Amino acid sequence: MLGKGTAVMKRTPLYDIHRALNAKWTEFGGWAMPLQYSSIVAEHLAVRASVGLFDLSHMGEIEVRGEGAGRFLQKLSTNDSSRLKNGQAQYSLLCNETGGTVDDVLVYRFTDTRYMLVVNAANIAKDFAWMETHNDIGVNLADRSNDTVLIALQGPNAIEILNPLVPGADISEIPFFRFTESRIADIPALISRTGYTGEVGFELYVNAADGKELWHILYPAVTAAGGLPVGLGARDTLRLEAGLRLYGMDMDEQTTPLEAGLSRFVKLDKGEFIGSDALLAQKESGVARRLVGFQMRDRAVARAGYAVYQHGARIGTVTSGAPSPTLKCNIGFASITVSRDNRSNSIVARGPVPRARYKAIDIEIRGKLRPAEIVKVPFYRGE
Amino acid sequence: MESHEWARQEEDVATIGITDYAQAEIQDIVYVELPEVGMHVRQKTEFGVIESVKAAFDLYAPVSGEVIAVNDMLVDAPEHVNISPYEDGWLIKIRMAAPAELGALLDADSYQAHIADEN
Repeated sequence: MLGKGTAVMKRTPLYDIHRALNAKWTEFGGWAMPLQYSSIVAEHLAVRASVGLFDLSHMGEIEVRGEGAGRFLQKLSTNDSSRLKNGQAQYSLLCNETGGTVDDVLVYRFTDTRYMLVVNAANIAKDFAWMETHNDIGVNLADRSNDTVLIALQGPNAIEILNPLVPGADISEIPFFRFTESRIADIPALISRTGYTGEVGFELYVNAADGKELWHILYPAVTAAGGLPVGLGARDTLRLEAGLRLYGMDMDEQTTPLEAGLSRFVKLDKGEFIGSDALLAQKESGVARRLVGFQMRDRAVARAGYAVYQHGARIGTVTSGAPSPTLKCNIGFASITVSRDNRSNSIVARGPVPRARYKAIDIEIRGKLRPAEIVKVPFYRGE
Repeated sequence: MESHEWARQEEDVATIGITDYAQAEIQDIVYVELPEVGMHVRQKTEFGVIESVKAAFDLYAPVSGEVIAVNDMLVDAPEHVNISPYEDGWLIKIRMAAPAELGALLDADSYQAHIADEN
């Protein structure tokens, strides 16, 4: 019932572990991934209250090495990677010449000649080809995705679970968006204080051959703390509550980061980069549509693709929507029109006005308009 | 999903719900949308929707007739469909227009064999 067979899909090195845990499966970006092990709500709430363990090995890791690595990343990404120190990570976007979003990525800086990009599973081949195409600087690019297992440990108990396993370091001292190269038990690991849940947590990158062992070390500690293994179902509701966009749903190559509400990750003053002219022009003329958060005012669930109305006129489309297990209401993102004819919405994008002028919207659910309101994101703030 | 509703007959009234197998597959039911009393439903056509965290699932009427009762408790407590799919979690009662339609439904044993096949 939950989907087609998973036979022809790619499998992570932890596939057999998920099978043994009786996971329900889903297809994501060409990968067979656990949708859930127990229940999406239980797994979601475990991350908020205790801790969750995620296999994210479908994500891609692309290494950038060489003298020009910093210049290369400045040219390909929208954020200012020159601000990164060794051991620091940064959220950034890859854009095309028209400002459309090729992918959203994490940029890790090891040294000034060695970086790593963590990219979305469905975009690994596309991103690698994009980077090769624009590699006139001559950096060394290597796709390490198949060599890497990524396990995330997310939730308020993540620190106390991980700390005793890391000899000679206090991982509670790793700041948000910093990382360290160390060992978990005897396993060489990149320990990154990052995540996609809005909680305290870590993303742990290890050699693919060590992946199962790392899971088996962490799993008993997680369950002993009242935590659970977590599938992509709860990963999606967790990221939505935290106001984090999902590439392919909330943005794509037809959406600029400005339209996706990600302008704080677009540093137009850092110098030219791919898409900077288009983004600068769009910033000056103002965006025609923009991603906003909304909350339903009744129990109906708005889902991706549903039409959004205001004062009886169609103004946009839901890009992500789900019940929020933490907030016990239905939330989502919608891409809505901003225009002179729709002052109230342009004001959403541009600054303070009386809230009542833009808050109320309607979302069409199975032929009926249901009341909702535009709200600030994140919907939920943990760490 | 395939149709996984059950019907329980008492004279010309059929009580309708979804099976234990279906609730276990759907999981985490957060919303149930049901027709109003007085509406007419037709066999094998949609009469409502059940939503989980992940997705919406159409409900199909196993028999035709007039809706004479809906389970109002599910408005505020849709989780009863998960907890008690055959008792507290019933959905609607239909006064059957053609009780002979019941003959087209699977009996419990055939249904068990059917879901065993699905897996």
